[in-house]
Order: sequence, then structure tokens, then C-alpha cells
Amino acid sequence: MKIAIASGKGGTGNLDCDVEEPNGHLFLNPVISKTETAGIPVPVIDESKCAACGECVRFCQYRALVRLGKIVMVFPELCHGCGGCMLICPHKAITEQNREIGSVEIGMAGKADFVQGRLNVGEAMSPPLIRKVLEHATDDAINIIDAPPGTSCPVITSVRNADFTVLVTEPTPFGLNDLGLALDMVCDMAMPHGVVVNRTESKATSARDFCEERGEDILAEIPDDRRIAEVYSSGKIICDALPVYERCFSAIWTGIRKRIQV
Amino acid sequence: MKEIVIISGKGGTGKTSLTASFASLAAGRSVMADCDVDAADLHLILKPEIRQKTVFRSGHKATIRLEKCIGCGACLAYCRFGAVVIHNKGTESATFNVDPVACEGCGTCVRFCPVRAIDFPEQACGEWYVSDTRFGPLVHAKLGISAENSGKLVTLLRNEARTIAGKKSLDYIIIDGSPGIGCPVIASLTASSLALIVTEPTVSGDHDLRRIAQLTRQLRVPAMICINKWDINPEISGGIRRFAEVEGFDFAGLIRYGSAATDAQRAGKAVVECEERGMAEDIRAVWNNIKD
Repeated sequence: MKIAIASGKGGTGNLDCDVEEPNGHLFLNPVISKTETAGIPVPVIDESKCAACGECVRFCQYRALVRLGKIVMVFPELCHGCGGCMLICPHKAITEQNREIGSVEIGMAGKADFVQGRLNVGEAMSPPLIRKVLEHATDDAINIIDAPPGTSCPVITSVRNADFTVLVTEPTPFGLNDLGLALDMVCDMAMPHGVVVNRTESKATSARDFCEERGEDILAEIPDDRRIAEVYSSGKIICDALPVYERCFSAIWTGIRKRIQV
Repeated sequence: MKEIVIISGKGGTGKTSLTASFASLAAGRSVMADCDVDAADLHLILKPEIRQKTVFRSGHKATIRLEKCIGCGACLAYCRFGAVVIHNKGTESATFNVDPVACEGCGTCVRFCPVRAIDFPEQACGEWYVSDTRFGPLVHAKLGISAENSGKLVTLLRNEARTIAGKKSLDYIIIDGSPGIGCPVIASLTASSLALIVTEPTVSGDHDLRRIAQLTRQLRVPAMICINKWDINPEISGGIRRFAEVEGFDFAGLIRYGSAATDAQRAGKAVVECEERGMAEDIRAVWNNIKD
């Protein structure tokens, strides 16, 4: 079973498919036993065979191939690795070579398996790396996926095959606006989901009102407590350092189980 | 004309709240661009009046015309993104379909379908706007659900903001960037005059700061660092200051923790519009450090 933790807005409290800014290791202190590189296949042009006919240049949707006079140049950072240019080249002048875009770190955090992707700085494209991280999910275990913020390709790649998505928000205008976008996304993909409100204040009902209006139920609320911010800041797990909040987090888990009946 | 991009690496460190305050402090002399296109929030404070609306089209997606499809499976074999899926697999009514969410629009299946049963329409990915606000013009956008190409949209917004700044001879372009270090962030940083990195003194804020700082180096964009909520962990804040010093990043200032940012947000205002002292004082000091 796969459970994804996501939020439209960054910094609302989701703890990794956040390969651009992976942080899970900072809290879970895993022992990494293996690191695999992740890459995408990019074209290499054999100049002795290339006739600079421009077929591949016209075909490439990402403008990763450019013809300059009698040579065709490859811009690997724009390439998505579809392989189409290699198939289309009438002179069989294109082969592929793996280009590393990041790495997958595999290890153990306590008794749990831990997998994290780390995108190389300067790389624009994270989905291929996220797919590689998700290949490590196992069917018979509970897989917790920490998704990056936002609603575009990196998030969708992370949550698309999850059995349940937890959307974390906070009761502020920014938090709720972004929750709305995230809800549009999971509803559009018809994904089972629930909302967790972080940093709630007893007087502020905005998140409850918002969820009621959208017909969403709230799995749990986590109070606004400076102690939580301080515990988090030093990289500790909130339940360990502040046992009073254990009930909050077990409520999330109970809520998920009830909704997907496991 | 100075183009300042506010970025953070980690989300939720206060980029948009700061951008709104800077917009207020530079009112009448700046144009703003909300380049956090997949979770845009700046409009909640700036309350734009939309003057111009344009559909953003970018990229294509494959769709299989079922009545022409002969079920040969060539598309399934060619697709490297797992986007071709079989509905009702193993039955007589099995059909090949493209999952639009997974399709990256490469066109390989379209080109190699033996019966030309695959269409390749251009996608409407969202809308972008030129608006007026109480602080000056704002260029912003709404990316469609599950839409791609946010990097291209960011580039488009920045170009539009530059055109406006040129036409109106404005001193500043203030850009609210997106979190992370991927495609939209690279698109908002490239060739700008200054990146202001907003971080927070948490182990994750500190970790992400190092990655975004490295990115600004790679792109050769001058960068300054400021710490928001600095007092929740003075020790890590000290570490961040030392990092800035050792690595040669100018330090833009410290902003204290407090409810002023959330209160201002709930009132639909910039922090510096709500109060004179406290957090507003800190933010003004940061602005004075980055504006010249």
C-alpha cells in the first residue's frame, strides 16, 4: 500500500520523493547502505553517419536537438529521453548514452526501509528520478511517500500511483488557496485523499469552513505550538519529543485505515 | 532596472509574505511577477484587477482514436513514460488509451503508429494575466490542473514583466519564485540581477539553503541570504550566518518569528502595511540591504 503526503503549499509540514530538496534523512537519520545513480538516455550523434538532414531536429518536441550548418548538436539537459530521434534517423546515426541526473539512496531508518532521491543541482527534470525512487516501493509493506510541494509534474509523478494521499494544509489564506489547488488535482485524478490541518488555532475556523464547503473531511488537526516549530527546527520527530501529540498523529493513521479499509 | 528574485529552496519560509512587503516598499517604482506558477499566492495580498488575460498553450499530448486503432500495441512498445494503458485488458473489449497525466508529449507513438490513429493536439496549460495593483503592475498566471511546462510559463511572465518595466521606466522587477531547485526555479533565476534566498533556521531549511545557494552559483546569479523566524533556533541561525560568510554570500538580515505575518495575510495586506515596528522593521532593513 502506498500513502503519499503532499501539500499545495511548501512548508506546511510534510516530511522522499521531494528530490529537489530531500529532507527525510534529516529527521529519520537513516543508515544508507546503497546509492544508485539515476539517469535518462540521451542521444549521441555519430558525425560520420549524420547527413544533417534535420529529421531528428524537426521531430524533437523539447528542442534538445539543433542543426548548426552541417552538424546537429545535442542539448542533453533539455532531453526527456523518449528515444524518438534514434528511431527516426534515416541514417542510423543516433545511439543513446545514459546521462546521470541524480541518485537514489537506499537504507534503513530504525526498522523501516528508507529510499530517497537526490536530484543533482542544476538539473531541471525531476520526474525520471522520482519514478526511479518509486520503483523501490514494495506491495506487501506500507510505503510512505513524501511528495514535493506544488501541483505540477513532480507532484503528480509522486502521487499518481498512491492508494491514499494526505494533503497537509494550514489555516491561512495561502495554505487554503494551495489546498484548493491540490484538491483540484487529486479530484481530477480521482484519488482517495484526506486533509490534515497543521498549525490550527482554536479561534481560527477558516480551514474547517473551507473543508466543509468543499465536502472534504479532516483527518486530524495539529495545534499551532511554538514548541513543535522548535523541535522540528532541530531535526527531531515531533511524536518522540512531544508525546502529547502522539494522539494527533495516530488519529491520522486511524483515519487513513478507515478510509481505505486495510 | 534591477530584477530581484525571491527564492528559498524549502517551501513555506515566507517568500510570498516578503515579496508582498517589498512590493509595498517599492510601490510605484516596481512591477511584480508571481513566478510560483503552480501554487500562486501573491494575488491574495496584492488583489489584482485583471487588465489582460491570455491563454497559455504549450506542448502536445497524444490521444488514440479508438475507431481507427487496430490494437497492434506498437504505441505501448514505443512509450518510455508508461503512458499507454490497456483498458479491459484480456477481454474482447480491450482498448489502448493514453494516460494524459503520464504522457510527456514526445510524439514517438504518433509518428510510429502504423495506421495513424493517434492525434497530437496542442495543450492549453493555463492562463496568464497582466493586472493593476495598489503597488504597481503585476504579471501572474494560473496553471491548469496537472499541467506541465511551468518553466516555459515562468520565462513568459518574466519577459512580460521586463517589457512593462522598460515601457514605464520602473526601477525594480520583484519576482516571487517557487520552492525547489527544478525547472521553474531555474527559469526564474537565469540572468536576473539578484537572488534573495529566504531561509529558516531548521535542519531542513539549512539543508535546502545549501542546494539553492549552489544553484545560484552555477547560474552565476549574485545572491544574498536572509533568515526568517531566526529566533526559533538561534544556534542554527548562527550556523547559517557562518555559512554565508565562508561561502561569500552577502547577508541581508534577520526577521523575527511572530504572528504578524499570518495576521497580515488574513487581513489581505503586506506586513509593512500593518505595523511599523517588530517584524515590519526587520523586513524594511532587509529591503534596504537588497535594493541598491
